[in-house]
Formats: sequence, structure tokens, C-alpha cells
Amino acid sequence: MAEQVRITTPLTEAAARSLKAGDSVLITGTIYTGRDAAHKRLIETLDRGEPLPVDFAGQIIYYVGPSPAKPGQPIGSAGPTTSGRMDAYTPKMLDQGLKGMIGKGYRTAEVVEAMKKHGAVYFAATGGAAALIAKSIKKYEIIAYEDLGTEAISKLTVEDFPAIVVIDSEGRNYYEEGQKPYRRL
Amino acid sequence: MRTVQAQVITEAVAKLCIDANYYLSEDIFNALTQSKEKEESSLGREILGQLVDNACIARQEAMPICQDTGMAVVFMEIGQDVHIEGGDLKAAVDAGVAKGYKDGYLRKSVVNDPMFVRKNTNDNTPAILHIDIVPGDKIHITIAPKGFGSENMSAVKMLTPSAGVAGLKKFVTDTVSAAGSNPCPPIVVGVGIGGTFEKAAYLAKKALLRPINKRNTDPVYAKLEEELLELVNKTGVGPQGLGGITTALGVNVEYFPTHIAGMPAAININCHATRHAEVTI
Repeated sequence: MAEQVRITTPLTEAAARSLKAGDSVLITGTIYTGRDAAHKRLIETLDRGEPLPVDFAGQIIYYVGPSPAKPGQPIGSAGPTTSGRMDAYTPKMLDQGLKGMIGKGYRTAEVVEAMKKHGAVYFAATGGAAALIAKSIKKYEIIAYEDLGTEAISKLTVEDFPAIVVIDSEGRNYYEEGQKPYRRL
Repeated sequence: MRTVQAQVITEAVAKLCIDANYYLSEDIFNALTQSKEKEESSLGREILGQLVDNACIARQEAMPICQDTGMAVVFMEIGQDVHIEGGDLKAAVDAGVAKGYKDGYLRKSVVNDPMFVRKNTNDNTPAILHIDIVPGDKIHITIAPKGFGSENMSAVKMLTPSAGVAGLKKFVTDTVSAAGSNPCPPIVVGVGIGGTFEKAAYLAKKALLRPINKRNTDPVYAKLEEELLELVNKTGVGPQGLGGITTALGVNVEYFPTHIAGMPAAININCHATRHAEVTI
């Protein structure tokens, strides 16, 4: 296991470009949540030429739909959802200055090209480690699209949120690199 | 004739929804622990360690193992000597799902219409209900909450008899490889072979209910399960798709007689949080 890199949000382009595929990171600061329905709405807003409810410049979006919080807890279980469903919307989000995404699973070539262009990074959180990940989330605050329930856009305050850089700003892909030595079919 | 109140079914379903989502079953937990020892990739071992820790946290704190608490898939075996009183069976099951998902702080992930409206029903109903009428006067209920990261990676293929074992093996390894990191590996693979188009899919789903440390009672199919697991673990996908030898924790196969012209095959992929809970009333 490589040494863990501590990063804080927001991310400058230089900071995003300094992260390399395979790096294990601990993220501290503010990250935003958004998944299928929120992305659809964000892009429709952009297409109408209207401003977004959040300025995503330098920010990280976490693809997550948390389970409801129990009384006294900031959030329920909160592991990543499959990122591929957001691929169609992602290049336009990167045009808005988004610098990081946290999810799980593969991304399209179009997404990787847009990441290279803008200097953005794609992190994977451990899918299904939702109770463990919730421990690093200290605050959950809905800031847009409240009617979408679990799919609303929220602001998370995180401390040492564990993730892995799976695709870096040069397009290096750790899924491909990681799997190759073990492919024995 | 034995009488069972619909309310008893509702209460049982509610409890099973919560139990399945909070408490990872022993067979899966043990498989995660054992695979952590065997995994060759250091990152893979780290991830498997996180999954073991996660299951422990969920159990201790009574919270969902995964935030995708799934669509509630309910299997009921109803004895033919049981009379259900005091309400409609399907309504009783749905009432139980609604109660369980509310009381257990489980995520409501069901939309009313698959294509146009997609409005959340806000209580995780309707459930997917499979009813089997069996001899006797008992009711057996199994609940398997199904997350969609893995459900979306599942497949049905109408193989022909000439495809044989080699064709099935290729179908399984191709499907698992293509799914890669998306279904949260290490996965559990349910394979249904035979019957018809929909029967194969049903069998694949049902295969996921069997503990992964129990092989098919037919030795030929038991051997096939072992061979498929070995092959799947050679795809290189590994924990979370980041590489390694632990792509699957288990492969379960169920089969049924089929038509002279066919060999339908279905692969239902489940994540490492393969959840189910059961009770006999």
C-alpha cells in the first residue's frame, strides 16, 4: 500500500495535476454530492443558459445517494454509486471548473479527455464500504434540489475521507494497470 | 388448515428488511476474511480489510452495510395447507417493506415508472414478490435486498445446446470481465441454466440465496461451480476492479430441464454485500 496523500478542498489545478493514478488519498474539507437526477438537472440548467445553484470551480463531486441519517447522526451509510451513469454529463461539469469526482467504476474516453484538458482527477471510494466511509463525514447539508431526496445536491464536511486516484489528469488508468498482472485466463 | 394473519407476515417482512441490510451473513463475512489472507495484491488486501471492517461497523452500530439498500426481492414458500386471513397477501408484504425501510432508516430507491415519470414511491414499494406453493402448513420468507450497481451488470443469453460447458464458461467470464469494477467486487455470481428465458433469470436470482459455502447437491454442477469460480478469479478484476485474485467470493449454479432446442443462461451478479435474511412462520 502506497503512502497516503492528504489533500484539502478546494483543489487547484496544480494540486489536481500533482495526483497520480494509484495514489491513496485522505480528503479533508467540503465536497458536494450529486448523482443521476441532479446531474440531469444541472446540465438542463446549463443548456438553458442559466447559472448553476453551486459554483463547482475547484470542487469535488461525490457520486452518492446516502441512506437516511438516524437521529443524532449527520448522515446514514454513504458509499459511492457507479460513476458511468454520469459520463454523459461529466465533460460539461468539467467545463464548469470541477476538479475532482469520487465514485466507482469505469469512465468513458470522452470523460478522460475532458479530465486531461482541464486537469481534473477521478477518485474511487470503496464501493459498499458505506458504514466505514460515513465515519469520515461530519456534516451533511442539502443545498439544492431538495425534492430529489437522497439524490439532492448536498454539501458534506469530510475529515480524512479515504479514496484512491484511479484516473489521473494525464489519463493514466489504475483499473487497467492494476488488473493486468493478475489476468491469467 | 392452519391460519396465519396477514399482519404477522407484514411484521416478519419488516424485520427481515432491516436484518438483511444491517447484518452481513456469516458465509460472506468468512469468505471476505479468508480472501484477505490469500489476496496477492496489497491494495486488494487493503480493500478487503475495509470491507471486513465495514461489516463490523454496520453490525455494531445497526446501520446499513451499503447505502444502496436495494429493491426488496421477496421469495415466499407458502404451504398449501395455510390460509392467510385479515388482508391481501401482496399488500401485507408491501406494508412490511414500507415499514422496514422506514423504521430501519433504509434508503428508498424505487421509482413508480421505469421510463417516463421516475418518481420515487418514497417507501421502497412495490417489492418484487416470488411465490411458490409447497406442501405443508408453514410459510417461509426470504428477503434479498438487491442493489443495482451489480444488478445493472447482469445478463441473459439464449445459448444453444452446441455452446455446451465451454460456451457457458465464456459467457460467465466475459460478463464478469465487462462488469469490471462496477458491481463492487469481490462479487457473488448466481447462474441459472435451462428452463425458458424468464426461468433462467429466476434461477440465477435464486442461486444467490444459497450460502456460498454450500455447493449444488448435484456433483456435476458442484464441480461446475468450482471451475467457474476459479475462472472468474483469473480475470484479474480483483477487489473493486483494482486488480487481484479475489474477483468473486462464490459462484452458485441452479438448473432446470429445458427445451430440445435451447440452453438459456442467466448471470445475476451481486456485490460483496450479498444480503439475505429468512424466517419460517
